[in-house]
Amino acid sequence: MDPARLTKLNDVTWQIAPTGAMRVPAIIYADEALIRGMDDKVAEQASNVASLPGIVGASFVMPDAHWGYGFPIGGVAAFDAEMGGVVSAGGVGFDISCGVRTMTTGIPLAEIERVKVALADSLARAIPAGLGSEGAITLDAREMDAMLTGGAAWAVERGWGEPEDLGRIEEAGRMEGARPDFVSARAKERQRHEMGTLGSGNHYLEIQVVDAIFAPAVAEVFRLALGEVVVTIHCGSRGLGHQIGTEFLKEMVSTAQAAGLKLPDRELACAPILSEVGQRYLGAMRAAINCALANREILGHFARRTIKHFFPEAAVPLLFDVSHNTCKVEQHQVNGKLRELYVHRKGATRAFGPGHPALPAELRDVGQPVLIGGSMGTASYVLVGVEGSEKLAFSSACHGAGRAMSRYAAAKTWSGRQIVDELAARGILVRSPSLRGVAEEAPGAYKDVGEVVYAAERAGLARRVARLRPVICIKG
Amino acid sequence: MSPAENIGPQQANPPSDIGWEHFAHDADIGVCGWGPSPEKAFEQAALALTRIVTDQEVRPLEEVKIVRTAPELDLLLVEWLNAIIFEMATRSMVFGRFEVSLDGTQCLAGRMWGEKLDVARHLPAVEPKGATYTALRVARMPNGRWIAACVIDV
Repeated sequence: MDPARLTKLNDVTWQIAPTGAMRVPAIIYADEALIRGMDDKVAEQASNVASLPGIVGASFVMPDAHWGYGFPIGGVAAFDAEMGGVVSAGGVGFDISCGVRTMTTGIPLAEIERVKVALADSLARAIPAGLGSEGAITLDAREMDAMLTGGAAWAVERGWGEPEDLGRIEEAGRMEGARPDFVSARAKERQRHEMGTLGSGNHYLEIQVVDAIFAPAVAEVFRLALGEVVVTIHCGSRGLGHQIGTEFLKEMVSTAQAAGLKLPDRELACAPILSEVGQRYLGAMRAAINCALANREILGHFARRTIKHFFPEAAVPLLFDVSHNTCKVEQHQVNGKLRELYVHRKGATRAFGPGHPALPAELRDVGQPVLIGGSMGTASYVLVGVEGSEKLAFSSACHGAGRAMSRYAAAKTWSGRQIVDELAARGILVRSPSLRGVAEEAPGAYKDVGEVVYAAERAGLARRVARLRPVICIKG
Repeated sequence: MSPAENIGPQQANPPSDIGWEHFAHDADIGVCGWGPSPEKAFEQAALALTRIVTDQEVRPLEEVKIVRTAPELDLLLVEWLNAIIFEMATRSMVFGRFEVSLDGTQCLAGRMWGEKLDVARHLPAVEPKGATYTALRVARMPNGRWIAACVIDV
C-alpha cells in the first residue's frame, strides 16, 4: 500500500478520511514499512467496514493487517445496537475464537534440552494434530450442549484442567449468552470427534524459551524469567466454529438484502444486531467461543500432563488465554460517555489496560497479558495492555505476524524436509505429520513479528514484556 | 492475478479444455476449475480442493451423494465445496472423483467417490475450514470455457 494514499497522523497512525459511503474514518496503526507491505485491499476493506450502519468511532486496522473476508484480518470495529449497528460473521471469521494460551513452567532451558527429543515425541503423541488425527474424546448430544454452554469451566469439571486456570481465561473461561440450540446439527456433527485436537495450518503447540525481557516488573508478575520455558498453544473452535461461520455467512448474505443493507462487498455479510438472525448468530458464536475455550483447556491439560511426566515437581500455571476472532459486548468510554458496544476483533486481540475490572486481582495492577504468536522459526511475544489503549481501538492489539507469502508460493519455495532440518540445526525440533504443511508454514513465509509488536507498542496499543523463542514445535 | 489467466504449475494437466489450478491468496488457497460446462468446472474445482489436502492417489472406494441449492450459480459453487468439506470432516474421508449435475442455476446434485483418510498414505497437508466468497467467480469465458473459482479458508 502506498502511504501517500493515507493521511499520516504520526509515524504509526494513518487515516483514511470518510468519503463516499464511509460513516467514520479508517485508522491504520502501523509504521511506514508495514504500510508498504500491506495489500491495497486492506485499505479497501477497512473503508468498506467504515460504511456499515451503527459503527462507532472508526474502522481500525492493526499493524499485522492483511487481506481478509470482508473485514481485513487485523480489523477492529465496534457497533451500537441502538443505532442499527450490525454483527458480521465475516468480522469474526471461520475460526471463531481462535486464540493463544501460554502456560509458564519455571523449568530452565538446560533441563528441557536434556530430554528435548523425548519430550517432543511425547507431546506429538499426546496432542492430536493434523487432518485425520483422532481425538480421544467423543461428545454425545448432552455433553456437546454442556460444553457449548460451559466452555473451559466444563472442561475443568470433567477433569481436563485446573480450577485456577479459569481466572486466567477471558470471560473466566465461560462465555455468557451461549445458545447451543442456535448451533446446527451439522456443526455439532463436525465437532463430535474433534474435542482436544489441535487442527492444522497455522495452529501449533510450542515449547518456547524466554529469551528477552522488555518490562522486568511486569514479567515478574507474569512469572516470565529469562532462560525458562513456557508452553504456548494456538488453536480455535475447530469444525464447529468453521461450520457456524460457513452457515451464517450464507444466511447473512441472503438476509442482508432483505434487511435493506447495501453491502459494498458480499463478504461483509452482516445483520442488524437486534434482528432475529443477528441474535441467533450471537448465540451460536458465543457457543463456538466456549468450544474454543474448552478445546484449549483440554489441550493445555494434555500438555501439562506430558510435562509433569518428565518434570513431576513442575507447576505449570496458566499465564493467560486470549482469543482473536470474536464479537463481544463491552462497555467503552466514547467522547466521555460510557456506551455498550459490540466489538468485532477479526485477527485482533483484546488488550485491557491496568485497572480493568475484568482482569483477575493479581493482574489488575499491571494489565492483561496479550499473547502474540510468531511462526515456527521465529519469536513470539508477550505484551501487556496499557492505559490509553481504549481510546485508540477499544483496547485492541495485533494477533500475530501475518503472512508475507502465500501457502502456494511457500510450498514451491521450500521443502518441508529442508525446513525441519534447518530448524533442527538451530535447536528447534518440529513434529508434524505433513512435510508439505511444514513448508507452507515456513518461517520465511511470515512477516517479522518483532516489527509488528514494536509498531503496536509505539502506537500505544500494548507494551512488550518478553520475547519467546521456539524450542519444540508440534504442528498439524 | 485472475484465476482464469494464471495457469500455474500446480495443476492436473497442461493448459487444456478441462483442468484445475490453485492460485495464491495470502493466508489461504484459491481453487479454480475449468471445463466445457459449469458442471465440469465444478468437478475440477472439487479436485483442486482435494489437492489442497493431499497430492497422493485417492481411491474411489466409497460413494457419497449430496443435493444443494442456492439462489445463484456462484453461490452454488460455495455450497458444493462446503458440502465436500463437511463430508471430508465428518466421514474422515478424502474424495478423488466427482460428478455434478445442475438443474438450472440453483440446484446441484453431486456424487463424490473416495476413501477413508489414511494419514500415512495421504500425508494430509492442511484441513480446509470452509469455502469463501473471496475471488468467487463462476463464468463462461469468451473462448467458451467455464471457470469456477473461490478461495478456501484453511
